[in-house]
Amino acid sequence: MRERRCCCWCLSRPFKCAFLQPPGILTTVPEVIEVSARREASDSKVLTCAAVWRMPKELEPGSHESPDDSSSTAHSLELLCHLDNTAHGSTACVMWEPTGDGKKVISLADNHILLWDLQESSGRAVLSSSASLEGKGQLKFTSGRWSPHHTGTQVATANDTTIRGWDTRSMSQIYCIENAHGQLVRDLDFNPNKQYYLASCGDDCKVRFWDTRSVTEPVKTLEEHSHWVWSIRYNHSHDQLVLTGSSDSRVILSNMVSISSEPFGHLVDDDDLSDQEERRPEEKSQEPPQDSVIATYEEHEDSVYAVDWSSADPWLFASLSYDGRLVINRVPRALKYHILL
Amino acid sequence: MAAAAAGPGPGSGPGDSPEGPEAEAPERRRKAHGMLKLYYGLSEGETAGRPPGSDPLDPTDLNGAHFDPEVYLDKLRRECPLAQLMDSETDMVRQIRALDSDMQTLVYENYNKFISATDTIRKMKNDFRKMEDEMDRLATNMAVITDFSARISATLQDRHERITKLAGVHALLRKLQFLFELPSRLTQCVELGAYGQAVRYQGRARAVLQQYQHLPSFRAIQDDCQVITARLAQQLRQRFREGGSGAPEQAECVELLLALGEPAEELCAEFLAHARGRLEAELRSLEAELGPSPPAPDVLEFTDHGGSGFVGGLCQVASAYQELFAAQGPAGAEKLAAFTRELGGRYFALVERRLAQEQGSGDNSLLVRALDRFHRRLRAPGALLAAAGLAEAATEIVERVARERLGHHLQGLRAAFLGCLTDVRQALAAPRLAGKEGPGLAELLANVASSILSHIKASLAAVHLFTAKEVSFSNKPYFRGEFCSQGVREGLIVGFIRSMCQTAQSFCDSPGEKGGATPPALLLLLSRLCLDYETATISYILTLTDEQFLVQDQSPVTPVSTLCAEARETARRLLTHYVKVQGLVISQMLRKSVETRDWLSTLEPRNVRAVMKRVVEDTTAIDVQVGLLYEEGVRKAQSSDSSKRTFSVYSSSRQQGRYAPSYTPSAPMDTNLLSNIQKLFSERIDVFSPVEFNKVSVLTGIIKISLKTLLECVRLRTFGRFGLQQVQVDCHFLQLYLWRFVADEELVHLLLDEVVASAALRCPDPVPMEPSVVEVICERG
Repeated sequence: MRERRCCCWCLSRPFKCAFLQPPGILTTVPEVIEVSARREASDSKVLTCAAVWRMPKELEPGSHESPDDSSSTAHSLELLCHLDNTAHGSTACVMWEPTGDGKKVISLADNHILLWDLQESSGRAVLSSSASLEGKGQLKFTSGRWSPHHTGTQVATANDTTIRGWDTRSMSQIYCIENAHGQLVRDLDFNPNKQYYLASCGDDCKVRFWDTRSVTEPVKTLEEHSHWVWSIRYNHSHDQLVLTGSSDSRVILSNMVSISSEPFGHLVDDDDLSDQEERRPEEKSQEPPQDSVIATYEEHEDSVYAVDWSSADPWLFASLSYDGRLVINRVPRALKYHILL
Repeated sequence: MAAAAAGPGPGSGPGDSPEGPEAEAPERRRKAHGMLKLYYGLSEGETAGRPPGSDPLDPTDLNGAHFDPEVYLDKLRRECPLAQLMDSETDMVRQIRALDSDMQTLVYENYNKFISATDTIRKMKNDFRKMEDEMDRLATNMAVITDFSARISATLQDRHERITKLAGVHALLRKLQFLFELPSRLTQCVELGAYGQAVRYQGRARAVLQQYQHLPSFRAIQDDCQVITARLAQQLRQRFREGGSGAPEQAECVELLLALGEPAEELCAEFLAHARGRLEAELRSLEAELGPSPPAPDVLEFTDHGGSGFVGGLCQVASAYQELFAAQGPAGAEKLAAFTRELGGRYFALVERRLAQEQGSGDNSLLVRALDRFHRRLRAPGALLAAAGLAEAATEIVERVARERLGHHLQGLRAAFLGCLTDVRQALAAPRLAGKEGPGLAELLANVASSILSHIKASLAAVHLFTAKEVSFSNKPYFRGEFCSQGVREGLIVGFIRSMCQTAQSFCDSPGEKGGATPPALLLLLSRLCLDYETATISYILTLTDEQFLVQDQSPVTPVSTLCAEARETARRLLTHYVKVQGLVISQMLRKSVETRDWLSTLEPRNVRAVMKRVVEDTTAIDVQVGLLYEEGVRKAQSSDSSKRTFSVYSSSRQQGRYAPSYTPSAPMDTNLLSNIQKLFSERIDVFSPVEFNKVSVLTGIIKISLKTLLECVRLRTFGRFGLQQVQVDCHFLQLYLWRFVADEELVHLLLDEVVASAALRCPDPVPMEPSVVEVICERG
């Protein structure tokens, strides 16, 4: 059986650190401590567990040691604690508190949302509150995101075709998007700059953008992929850039100008738009930009399960596929200048 | 001819008298003789006797016009011997003598005639002198007569004047008598009711009375007359107001009143008011017919009634008015126009209400006939009253109704289409009797197609009535041009085809993407229907329309190709959606089967799992279903020995065939590498790719979707040894049965290999099963 590993890649400047676990999580690490989910196979059943790890000291930001790529060897992570979820079923997803002091973790286990309080001193994670989803049939969370807005009080989860929003203070449901996708919802992401905007992707090959204040209709729907879309990520600083990875082995970078937080031009409403605005930055003022696919990356040979942006360089992103291939790409230079200038 | 050519000859002209000097040369005499002969009508023989070859200019020709004696003599002298000269001389002398005697005979013959002519002239002279004398006498007599006549007329002058005067006096006296009798006559007339007569008398006398009113006697008469006239006028008005009498009598009354010098304005207003009363009564009766009571008379009767009652009345009023008040000039005409417009407007409102009731009904012929009558009726007053614009308004109403009819038919067609779809749904949903297929898809398709086509044809026929030759409004420009091209062709036919495509496409966009909303067979059927439309039906329908409606309008119309493209696009989308739905059904089955099973603690495989058999059964069923409507399509060249393929499923997954014969399960990283290498040689599989219009393509799409789902699901699970072996068995089974459905069996092969390889990677103890055992299990299953 293939080795279950958390890989921590030191990619000198742009990626500070990344952990891989196929088909698992690729995350750039903003904090010292990383959480990951991992599977344990016992004789009778498979239970996916979660654990909190500490990054090696050398890789902490502010460390004066300049990384020497050739000589550096893989550091091992220090296990901090397990999130004990045996009572609740397999962990599907773990979310780190986006703001605050980094003491809170939410994990999704089968149909439960569990909020953990980390006690670094004692090396334990204490279950502080939980909520569970009731309904007919076997409900299982597939994915979730912790909203960076509202001072970290909102969490969105996906189960089957439904997206739900939760308030972490009362652990109660805020909103519910029924039939967000025709089939299973695979991933979610919050717009980092617009607090009510949410992107989702799923098995119907579609990417949808939602305004959580009116959940009956999606704001926008993209249908670029030809198979299930497994992962979706907003760029952390330029939220018009949206990255999606799919099991059709493609990574697609889209430019969703119309629903981004960055105002474009003089807000002239003109309908004859040009797809190639990024190639002609000098005409930016006359051309209201249009949503478009910027690039399709086909380097992967097998299904792409994870994509993410670098937390250090907003123009850099990575994608990971089933066959273990990690591909790092840059946003096209022309587009970068177009956005910046 | 000698006579004609005599001009240039020396000596006498053609008019020479025969008494010319006889001493002249014999030739000349001969010539003169010829002329005489001509004169006496003998020239024919002479001319005939002439030798034909002789030259008339020959100077030696004795009878020629240019005869020259010197030349002739010279010639004779030179050419002839003496004897001949002598002969010719004697001959000539003889001829001359003969001519002389001829001449003398002629002179004697004519002499008597000259004598008698001279006598006659002399007698005439005497007669004329006698006549002159008589004429003189006549002139004198005439002068005498004139004189007498003048005297007579002078004598009679006096009397004549007196007679004239007397005649004048007589006439005057008669007039006076008339005047004096007038009051009594008028009274009599009024009493008898002969108003016309009375008015005529009054008219005749009025001017005179007016003129001589300063004389007391006349004044008295005038006063009397005025009293009577006033009474007359009053009576007339009375009659006029009673209104019971018909329009013609009223018109007469008004005419008389006008002649009596009543103020025209007032009369005009009153006349119109009366007419309004009558016409309003008509309108009220029409409205009553319109009323809520359900058994309203049919629309034809209604328009007939309106046409004869109201429009007829209006016509009469209008023509009477124009006759009576022609003197009113444009102001009067304007008044009439306003009157007509107002009442006409109310009439139209009623008609429109009635026609609106008719919108729901399906009978076009009745409606068209009613409209025709309505329109025809209104053309007469329309000509009479161009200013009121009744005809235009009527045409507008007809046009509006026609448009509404088109809309109604479009609605009807849509409803028919939806009805067909409902029927199909019911037929599909109806429980099948065991062992017996329900109505086949092909049959259903044919039913739907023919029913829609017949509906379209019926609609066309119904709408066609509007443009029939005998209908009065069919030659209006609207019905010749816009109605045909924009209304029928674009609005009805193209609109229907578009809406059909939209309805069909809406099945693809239905929110219930779980596939429960629309039965897949319906999608398939609609797709085939659209494809049939693209290939033949659309062009057929449009040709039919163009032929029936002879579109003359130049306005742009939707070309057939655009519609065909739309239909094809719809067919494609429907088919793709069908593939997705069916793929989803099988995918869900596979996904459930993988997700719900505990693969770690499964037992050693003895059988193919039931779900795989189910998948194969379903695929076969789909294959049959699609085969009913779509052609087979082309496959890639197949390997002649398909059994060999079935082995390669796991040979490639476990042993990696030719790439890596030394593969062992204990080296998982190698698998990774090898599968990568393998992928380098295989093409990327586009799972949800557009399908083509054939069975193989459809089935390939469905199988691709299903197997890809299986692959992704397997990758999310963890397998025990026997779990892996079960997957192996299942995949082999699928391979055995699915290859025949797809265009390229390599594809199935590749995907299934991938499934087994993925399962092997997710297995802590990957010990594959012996191929022979797998085969045995599969064959048994």
